[in-house]
Amino acid sequence: MTPALSLRNLRKVYNEKFEALKGISLDVMPGDFFAVLGPNGAGKSTTIGIISSLVRKTSGTVEVFGKNIDTDFSAAKKFLGVVPQEFNFSMFEKVEDIVLQQAGYYGLPRKQAEVQTEKYLKQLSLWDKRHTPARMLSGGMKRRLMIARALVHEPQLLILDEPTAGVDIELRRSMWEFLREINAAGTTIILTTHYLEEAESLCRNVAIIDQGVIVKNTSIKSLLQQLNKEVFIFDVQGNLQTLPSLAGHNVAQIDEHSFEVEVDKGQSLNAVFTQLTTQGFEIVSMRNKANRLEELFVSMVNANKDLASAAKNEVQS
Amino acid sequence: MSLQEQWIAFLTILQKEIKRFTRIWIQTLLPPAITMILYFVIFGKLIGSRIGDMGGFSYIAFVAPGLIMMAVLTNSYANVSSSFFSAKFQRSVEEILVSPTPNYIILLGYVMGGVARGMAVGLIVTLMSLFFTDLHIHNWFITTSIVLMTSILFSLAGFINAVYANSFDDISIVPTFILTPLTYFGGVFYSINLLPEFWQQVSVFNPILHMVNAFRYGMLGITDVHIGMAFTGLILCVVVLFAVGLHLLKTGKRLRA
Repeated sequence: MTPALSLRNLRKVYNEKFEALKGISLDVMPGDFFAVLGPNGAGKSTTIGIISSLVRKTSGTVEVFGKNIDTDFSAAKKFLGVVPQEFNFSMFEKVEDIVLQQAGYYGLPRKQAEVQTEKYLKQLSLWDKRHTPARMLSGGMKRRLMIARALVHEPQLLILDEPTAGVDIELRRSMWEFLREINAAGTTIILTTHYLEEAESLCRNVAIIDQGVIVKNTSIKSLLQQLNKEVFIFDVQGNLQTLPSLAGHNVAQIDEHSFEVEVDKGQSLNAVFTQLTTQGFEIVSMRNKANRLEELFVSMVNANKDLASAAKNEVQS
Repeated sequence: MSLQEQWIAFLTILQKEIKRFTRIWIQTLLPPAITMILYFVIFGKLIGSRIGDMGGFSYIAFVAPGLIMMAVLTNSYANVSSSFFSAKFQRSVEEILVSPTPNYIILLGYVMGGVARGMAVGLIVTLMSLFFTDLHIHNWFITTSIVLMTSILFSLAGFINAVYANSFDDISIVPTFILTPLTYFGGVFYSINLLPEFWQQVSVFNPILHMVNAFRYGMLGITDVHIGMAFTGLILCVVVLFAVGLHLLKTGKRLRA
């Protein structure tokens, strides 16, 4: 099957000095909901910039549904819809005009453009604002406008660069729902995000980029299986005088009412509770410490940094 | 993209540009109308009546083609430079750059937007001039082709300026320090025959002199320059600037990282 997106040895060097991408290769299959994770400056936005032709690559190839962006520019771009990180529409134009114009740039006849503009503005709850100049919209509405604009020519591959950054929780959830719907309808989605919960909740596969290289490319499921420890937070009745002593577990105090316990994945919590009860601790509540994916992400990025630093030291010595 | 899709993309850019300058008509269409009325009143009526005839026509009839041409070229330039730079500044230009619209359609769309404003202002100024002098058309073909080519040329120049500009100051430098002096010394208000021999020779290197005189020839049938040379020069300049504009879009200079 032809991948929805295929990157081969993609390199980008800015100003002949900074190598933002160090030859990454990646395949995203049709119908996938794919996450690209990475810390700031990892190369996520550069990758999206190259795919959407806003950034000139130094070398490598990009194919969208088998169409090369260099040799089959027009066909490749028709498959593609891009929602950038920053607002990039004219603040003085009306919502409807912005979306209609985008349809025009893809060569959609006026009637069809009007139908699809109405469809996506309604789906993204912007139809009532269609005559409003873009500068009058709230931050969340502007984000939704960028999604409507990217979808108006009905691309088969939608790339979103941190689409929910700065969006409140309620709106974020409704955007997730919308993205799930269009993915279920057949649109391949690639998402970069800082919210790891977002990737865990939405995506099936993931690539972690750090310092211009892909450090992991796998399914979210298998990534999460690599976690062999979980941390639970216990809140106790009253003040915590001493920490419990739990055989085989690391225990650390968080504040005067709570402490955390590290537990091997799959290990029963009954033994922990038994020991806590024996030692006279009255537990009033318990929760998982942090987003599991976040822990793994941090450990992978740190491991990559250590590796890069070791390689640098080796070269210097 | 099929030809029909390219046509739709072209019309989209053109309509957007027309919508833009008509939406802000107080900034785009009204000022040239008022400025030209002042020119007609001061240079045409008040001072012109003391100057007498020039080239066999009243002074106001002599300056009218130059004033129309001045309005057309400055507005064509200003439209594309400000619109494209503004799109670059707000990053809305990315809407077109990520689309399959070919570079030549992007360039044509913006240039024709500049021509649309140039022609609209030219028409307004021509109508204003009718309050002060009669309209002469010596040769329709020369009049319309020269005004169109001049408008295209200055729209292309405005586009190139916008690509290179880093700030709004950068798009006002060329009109203020290059375009305005060249226009004022470009035979709008006088015939170069009035100048000493040396300055006549210098004036020949001013491209605007050729455009203004060719246009004046189309309207009044009088000129200080060779019409064939003016046509050839204009066509050459349009071809060269179009190629430069396309090259800038293709390489993505100052547009793509």
